[in-house]
Amino acid sequence: MTSSNSIDSVVIRFAGDSGDGMQLTGTQFSNTSAIMGNDIATFPDYPSEIRAPSGTVAGVSGFQVHIGATEIYTPGDDVDMLVAMNPAALKANLHSVKPSGYIVVNIDAFTEKNLEKAKYTTNPLEDGSLQNYRVIQAPITSQTVEALKEIAVDSKTKDRCKNFYALGMTYYFYNRSRDTTIKWIEDKFKSKPEVVKANIAALKAGECFAENTETVISTYTVPVAKIPAGDYRQIDGNTATAWGLIRAAEMSGLQLFLGSYPITPATDILHELSKHKEFGVKTFQAEDEIAGICSAIGAACAGSLAVTTTSGPGMALKTEAIGLAISYELPLVIVNVQRGGPSTGLPTKTEQSDLFQAIWGRNGESPLVVMAASRPSDCFASAYEASRIALKHMTPVILLTDGYIANGAEPWKLPDVNSEFGPIEHRMVDPEKLDKANFHYMTREDHTLARPWVVPGMPGLEFRMGGLEKDIKTGCVSTDPRNHELMCLMRQKKVDLVADDIPLQTVEGAESGDLLVVSWGGTYGSCVMAVRKLQAEGKKVSHMHLKYLNPMPKNVGTILNSFKKVIIPELNLGQLKTVINAKYGVNAKGYNKVQGLPFKISELVTVFNQELIKE
Amino acid sequence: MSEACYTKKDLCSDQEVKWCPGCGDYVILASLQQAMVNTGKKKEDIVCVSGIGCSSRLPYYMDTYGFHTIHGRAPSIASGVKLSNPNLSVWVITGDGDGLSIGGNHFIHAMRRNINMNVILFNNQIYGLTKGQYSPTSEQGKVTKSTPYGSLDRTFRPGTVALGAGCTFLAKALDTDPKGMTEVLTAADQHQGTSFVEVYQNCVIFNDKAHDLYANRASRADTTLMVEHGKPMVFGKDKNKGIILKGLKLEVVELGEQYQESDLLIHDKHNEALAYLLIDASKPPHFPMVLGVLYQENLETYEVQMEKQIEDVKVKKGGGSFKELLYSGETWTVK
Repeated sequence: MTSSNSIDSVVIRFAGDSGDGMQLTGTQFSNTSAIMGNDIATFPDYPSEIRAPSGTVAGVSGFQVHIGATEIYTPGDDVDMLVAMNPAALKANLHSVKPSGYIVVNIDAFTEKNLEKAKYTTNPLEDGSLQNYRVIQAPITSQTVEALKEIAVDSKTKDRCKNFYALGMTYYFYNRSRDTTIKWIEDKFKSKPEVVKANIAALKAGECFAENTETVISTYTVPVAKIPAGDYRQIDGNTATAWGLIRAAEMSGLQLFLGSYPITPATDILHELSKHKEFGVKTFQAEDEIAGICSAIGAACAGSLAVTTTSGPGMALKTEAIGLAISYELPLVIVNVQRGGPSTGLPTKTEQSDLFQAIWGRNGESPLVVMAASRPSDCFASAYEASRIALKHMTPVILLTDGYIANGAEPWKLPDVNSEFGPIEHRMVDPEKLDKANFHYMTREDHTLARPWVVPGMPGLEFRMGGLEKDIKTGCVSTDPRNHELMCLMRQKKVDLVADDIPLQTVEGAESGDLLVVSWGGTYGSCVMAVRKLQAEGKKVSHMHLKYLNPMPKNVGTILNSFKKVIIPELNLGQLKTVINAKYGVNAKGYNKVQGLPFKISELVTVFNQELIKE
Repeated sequence: MSEACYTKKDLCSDQEVKWCPGCGDYVILASLQQAMVNTGKKKEDIVCVSGIGCSSRLPYYMDTYGFHTIHGRAPSIASGVKLSNPNLSVWVITGDGDGLSIGGNHFIHAMRRNINMNVILFNNQIYGLTKGQYSPTSEQGKVTKSTPYGSLDRTFRPGTVALGAGCTFLAKALDTDPKGMTEVLTAADQHQGTSFVEVYQNCVIFNDKAHDLYANRASRADTTLMVEHGKPMVFGKDKNKGIILKGLKLEVVELGEQYQESDLLIHDKHNEALAYLLIDASKPPHFPMVLGVLYQENLETYEVQMEKQIEDVKVKKGGGSFKELLYSGETWTVK
């Protein structure tokens, strides 16, 4: 018995062993949905161990997909359908399934041994513990092997095809076309025709099983979303960051240099940039985090658009070198893809707890520009903007992203780069056109206080520079106390002046009201959806999402003071809240969580509602 | 880089040199300037990059581009400079503490990568700028302020570290021998690849005469051996001593009835095993301190390979088009 219902959005989570191909399965589902016209958001959730012991909860790898007929901003809260390839996957993900939600289980994997590995004392399929869910039991492994019995591939390959069987089932449940996936399989395994056949056969067998099974009550259609016309592609945050940097280099006419050291979850930026030598990009995998940033500083000294990419612990190691870049007044982009801390913390889980570190985490008075990207596609614009500010203002810029948006993917309406991401000015001098007699490398531009960028190779402009304090006029080493204060004040003012060069802060919703929700970074999606929900209910709630964290746009204080209450949800213990309260003297409240997971929209709705009714 | 014609003075900056009177660093500075005059590179193309410590003040005194950076990190910053603009002549100025202790990791990786730059390590076997603590090259048992009962660390031999890390040019010089040092620095600059030059430098304040046994002008002819490629290993004031290979060991012999010059070992700077033996044997007064170019190997440099990869990809893929990048892979149109 089947019937088809139309729904606005659906959240599916594929979960299995690290080696079960769940990331691939999820990606296929989301690509297909995007191409079919849904808006989507995805979130991979994988263990930090590459292959933890199979069958254990520690080894479970998940991929969540949110597809919708309306605009989608987050990978979704609770799950409508969980695909669990083994008992451990069920155990690790059951908590995220909605009451009455669907659970597809691979019963072939529910053996005594696997139940034991997942630390189940009784079989959850038999002990009644799943009675509040709709469980679809499918013999995924054995049926896959059966479907492939005529195909000449070894048994290991047959076993590996079971993820396509599971994918086929979900394609039937949610009326997905299998065309995109078939095309992908044909392309991916073009040199192995038998493997192509096997995977396609598994996909189709899964679809058939879902169609024929009596347990399925309904299938669902997610209508095409009403999204703006244009050309689209899927993009994840790390790729978008890499491309934003490539665009900035191209538009500033400079060579892009990345000095980096592999670290989760930032490494994919290094991978992506290393691919694009056709743009003249130079990537240097250094011996450690310090050498990563130091080589970038060297490249900036020599006239490249220099970048270093890292995550929290790596950022800690780069601290001293960032101070040097501040002292040198060099353009440098530092990307920190935040993860759970402190120390090694939660390498594969998201957090926003490096804001204090970014703004203040150096010795001495050492101001720099701090920005944050809000969603995967925004990493492109943010990386380009961070480069623009660094080059124009001769300052290091820290761009904060996080594991959630770096690995998460969404459709991206491809920008008209020529109009939206055009030429970038920089301060490099042209020695041919310079009046050398009246030139000094410490003479600053009035409106930015940026020094000119003189690089080795320019005749007649040789200079020496160090991390020692410099005389404000001559640049020579100076220990004069008054000069030091002047230099500290100058460096601070230089960063403050960036506020003249960034857009005024906007607010989504009314300019004043009962509650202002302030957010930054990767929590944008959850916050915007929660606020819209309350606005639709007629509540006087507005949303201010900060892209520029240091300095902040000039009107932030005015906005904060136009609301009766301010609440700042953050995936930390209240860092932006502390900054805002200290800077603007408002009494903003925090809503904080550090569980390595993004906010759910529903929990924010509840929290904001509570804040509204509080006396 | 075209040839430039300078005198040493052209390479002196307007800054007053502030090392202690009698410090070996003065000789290194002068020898470096002379080497640069010799190689004739234009001063706008020369970059001196240093870390932290007494030695690392050197860039301020050169009328070239100069970056005084942070402790131990000069090789990394210099690597970025050179990779960004391979046309530059890059010099790393470091010391035994800066280069081998806090910066040890960068040092070994610089040696193995073979970026075309020159690393001069001022080895005074002490921490001078922090006022006298033992360094990685101090002898074991050294009594300093931080080791009043004697240091326990075993001694690093910079040459062995560099060779072990894969360096392609290794030379040693004395701060009492500006002529020898200038020759070595000139050769280092001409070498295509990472050149490592260890200079035995005297700290008059905290470790005076540490190298006296082999650096003293009056006696050093008998306690040092200046090797030259293709020439027999002869030394001594009267050129009456030499080195032979006996089994796997080097031995000092007197020239005369038993041994002739033709019995002596001929220096082969391309023989890595010999370079290890020479460093290992250097234990005055029993065996002379070996100086000069100990080892040289011609390998394609890192930056040349890096530029080649880029050019190859550009030929294969064509120059990058940003629009093509945006539309690469799967895209779709919403109407």
